[in-house]
Amino acid sequence: MSALLENRFAVTAVLLFGIGLANMLLQRNLIKKIVGFNIMDSAVFLLLASRGFVEGRVAPILTEGAADASRYINPIPSGLVLTGIVVSVSISAFSLALVQRIYRAYGTVEMNELLRRVKKEAD
Amino acid sequence: MRPFVENFPFFCIFLAMVAGIVLSAFRDGRKAYWISVAVTAVVAVLSAVLLVYLMENDRSFAYTMGRFPAPFGNELQVEPLGALLALTFSAVMGLSLLGGKTDLFADVPDAKQTLYFVMTNLLLASLLALIYTNDMFTGYVFLEISTIAACALVMAKDTGPNLMATIRYLFMSLLGSGLFLIGVALLYSITGHLLMPGLHDSVARLVETGQYQLPLTVIIALTTVGLGIKSAMYPFHGWLPGAHGSATTASSAILSGLVLKGYIVLMMNLLMRVFTLDALVKSGISDVVLVFGLLGMVMGSVRAMRETHIKRMLAYSSVAQVGYIFMGFGLGTEAGILASCLHILVHACTKPMLFCCAGRLSAVSGHHKNMANLRGSAHKDALAGIGFTVGALSMVGIPLLGGFVSKLHFASASLLRAEAMALTLLALAVSTVLNALYYVPAVLAIWSRPEGSRAPAGRDGEKPARDVPFLVSAVCFILAVFVLGAFYHPAIRAIEAGFRLT
Repeated sequence: MSALLENRFAVTAVLLFGIGLANMLLQRNLIKKIVGFNIMDSAVFLLLASRGFVEGRVAPILTEGAADASRYINPIPSGLVLTGIVVSVSISAFSLALVQRIYRAYGTVEMNELLRRVKKEAD
Repeated sequence: MRPFVENFPFFCIFLAMVAGIVLSAFRDGRKAYWISVAVTAVVAVLSAVLLVYLMENDRSFAYTMGRFPAPFGNELQVEPLGALLALTFSAVMGLSLLGGKTDLFADVPDAKQTLYFVMTNLLLASLLALIYTNDMFTGYVFLEISTIAACALVMAKDTGPNLMATIRYLFMSLLGSGLFLIGVALLYSITGHLLMPGLHDSVARLVETGQYQLPLTVIIALTTVGLGIKSAMYPFHGWLPGAHGSATTASSAILSGLVLKGYIVLMMNLLMRVFTLDALVKSGISDVVLVFGLLGMVMGSVRAMRETHIKRMLAYSSVAQVGYIFMGFGLGTEAGILASCLHILVHACTKPMLFCCAGRLSAVSGHHKNMANLRGSAHKDALAGIGFTVGALSMVGIPLLGGFVSKLHFASASLLRAEAMALTLLALAVSTVLNALYYVPAVLAIWSRPEGSRAPAGRDGEKPARDVPFLVSAVCFILAVFVLGAFYHPAIRAIEAGFRLT
């Protein structure tokens, strides 16, 4: 139990990742799939950000010129998370644009219906 | 003061990226097209100069971006193998654009043509970055850039089935890069490094002391599977035939020949520079990769045999060829990776040629993609027929052609792993026979005259228009395959120098 508490961020991240992955693979609605992907990415960001966090320290923002490294958390993972969020936003925008085009072409975003239509088109 | 030539890798990446951004302001698709081709040519020339320089001085170097020293800054690691791959990738991309020109302007809607070239330039930049980067997180960022660009290339045709193939490709790719990112996050949390040299030292220390063995295995598995999904490793290949089969000719050529290879090259850099082959073999992941590779070689070919749509057949053949490359990785020896590198080069030249020639053959026979409708099409455009034949024979592994060399090296590499030798050689043999079983009928079909119409082609005045860009690209591709088949020693020297100098 104490191990769980100690690794609470990692445990939450794993749970979130599972939820996101299940949504992405099992949902029939394309928009829900994209939401699933976003949950999955958030889980990774949580994991990454929590790795750089040190209990009782603050974000490395210099005030009054105090440059004492022992007061601050590790800033690199936070930087990585920021970059990751930018990547994730662009991917979401691209996927939503793609879904929009699919909706225009077929009039639905349900996977089953779409596959049926594509099959019918091919025959 | 570093020699000027050592700035070239950065120039190449930057040039492609700037070209992509600038082109988005263009309105005229033709202009954008020629600028993109020129960019690939410039990148190819710069990479060739760099390759000669590195080989002559037997040198590799790390290029710090912004002059921040090692643990903080971002680095490019340049060695002869990287320069060779950059040269091949840029040249093949230019030739694919030339070879698919007619189809490209017919398939992509007028208003979207400049955007298509924005994407090809971004794709080139991200491929070069994947080859040269020395930083795991930069690798991840460019992985995602290439995902977006590649998906955009697939969807450029903008038809229903095309969009469906794209969304499938997109979701699988996102899953792959998600897994890769977790791998990077975990690796950072147990080592505290993102640059490959630092990672290499920490991982070596962990392996030596036996600490964090389980996380390390999980990390190797996550990055391998993540990149494997993106490069169509066998059980995760489901997205590939649709995406590569339905896109326009140039897109299929670029995707099959280069994009898959970009991820494989990143995986190879990780294996060689970070995890080391010993850790790979010790973790048991190499055996899994070997089995996936062998399965891919056989199953990809079996599925290709059952296809009648020519581009889907070529796409399934890509699954088989990627299987060869993973088999080389799975052997876990330097000889195996060398054979994989050779196969990356050979396949990067052969598959785009096959796609371009298939596109041309179907263009001269009324844009049919079905094998039955392509009967005799080679007589309408002999060069496309010859190109397709050369490519097919190279895939089967006829001596003097590129495919033979890499298969020979795979076979001799497998002799070094006694326990896997029998299985590997058997799979190589079976796969070669299967390759022959679907490529040879295809070649026979395009050269045989349709029954009932014994008349020479073009009698009814429908002689297809000449396609000069295609001509240039087909001739260059054929020469490249012959050069790789007959004069492959310089390539092998460059690959070996790359391994030695990293």
